[in-house]
Amino acid sequence: MIDSIVNITLLSLLAILAFAIIRMRSLFAVIMLFAGFSFISAGLFVAMDAADVAFTEAAVGAGISTILMLATLALTYAPEVHKKEKLPGHKPWLPLAVVLITGGMLIYGTSDIPAFGDPNAPAQQHVAPYYLEKSLSETGVPNVVTAVLASYRGFDTLGEVTVIFTAGIAVLLLIGGRRKKTKNETTEGVNET
Amino acid sequence: MKHNLILKVVSKFLIPLIFLFALYVQFHGDFGPGGGFQAGVIFSAGIILYALVFGVDSAKKVIPLHILRVLASLGVLIYAGTGVASLLLGGNYLEYGVLASTQLAGQHIGIIVIELGVGITVMAVMLIMFFAFAERGRPIEDVEDKEGSQ
Amino acid sequence: MDLIIGHYNYWLVIIIMMAGFYTVISRGNLVKKIAGLNIFQVSVFMLYISIGNVKDGAVPIIEKGVTLYSNPLPHVLILTAIVVGVATTALGLALVVRIKEAYGTIEEDEIHNQDHSL
Repeated sequence: MIDSIVNITLLSLLAILAFAIIRMRSLFAVIMLFAGFSFISAGLFVAMDAADVAFTEAAVGAGISTILMLATLALTYAPEVHKKEKLPGHKPWLPLAVVLITGGMLIYGTSDIPAFGDPNAPAQQHVAPYYLEKSLSETGVPNVVTAVLASYRGFDTLGEVTVIFTAGIAVLLLIGGRRKKTKNETTEGVNET
Repeated sequence: MKHNLILKVVSKFLIPLIFLFALYVQFHGDFGPGGGFQAGVIFSAGIILYALVFGVDSAKKVIPLHILRVLASLGVLIYAGTGVASLLLGGNYLEYGVLASTQLAGQHIGIIVIELGVGITVMAVMLIMFFAFAERGRPIEDVEDKEGSQ
Repeated sequence: MDLIIGHYNYWLVIIIMMAGFYTVISRGNLVKKIAGLNIFQVSVFMLYISIGNVKDGAVPIIEKGVTLYSNPLPHVLILTAIVVGVATTALGLALVVRIKEAYGTIEEDEIHNQDHSL
């Protein structure tokens, strides 16, 4: 019971933050709310017994993501708009309709999903019992998440590390090094002085 | 950033603790929550804090970009190399059992080594990204002025 | 009532997911679009973790005397997905920076106008 109350409270807070992010025009406030969103979702992951995931989300989502977004904001700063986004010119009926229809269909789809926390759900019956029973005797590692991550699904993790490495190279290629002033900007600078 | 005395003192105190915690998370990941991904991010967070408080230039003296590039590829190499090592010892790719005399010891060595590879790559890539964003904002003339005045 | 108790988690997650989706498709500012994309991403993580949750289960770290654990498999998938997610977010933000340098703006309609005024 107490689990449900904690879950509902955290999820409602997350929903409120998500709607506040839609409404908010100041980009700085949007990024700060997003950091809060990540922190609360980390709390939710703890409440749902996923300690490793919560750990990662708190460090990555609330820490690194926020720093990178703030850096982007600093780089794309334009004084005349005061770091605020423009109001969209058109009425939001089309996106609203798309979102409502998609959301309605997804919620309709959940009626077939086994109830939340059901120990007999198909997802709990597949390979998870094998990992929970055998991982300690087969790998000697009590943390099942680490055992599955590094040993049973080592190939998968190798792929993920390669993806991270590739993304790092791509960022370096895109914005690595100092920016050279383009011809346009230097002539503008001359005109101003 | 000249007068933030409290910030500087507190972060000087905190940064070693952050590194220590990152190492704990890295090598205790088998027994408690944690592992290479989290440790790499926490370690890079320590250096990012240093860069925010003391400036990007002094952070780059601590860990220059060319070393970070080597580290990022080194982590992937360690991971993939563990697979090759187990191939050479007669097992399948990433089958750690053959790395030591018994299955359990081999698994343990394999898991610790590849978690180390993951941690190094994640740490280096996060810092590469942070430095790329932080450096982009400075126009090129800035540097030339500084060198001219020296 | 059983339906509500058993599914409220999924419904709230889908509402958050749709809030992120709405931000992506209705807002023109590229930084805000990426924030929306991140909200969408986190809500997908929450969906996976709720599927792996077992009522009264423990954190999947083997301990004597504990018999019921949550499903570790979604945790593994999402753990790596979070770190890959931040790497791809950084890539998207790098593209935003380049767009700003090329067009001088990060508003979608202004970029569109510039493309069509040639």
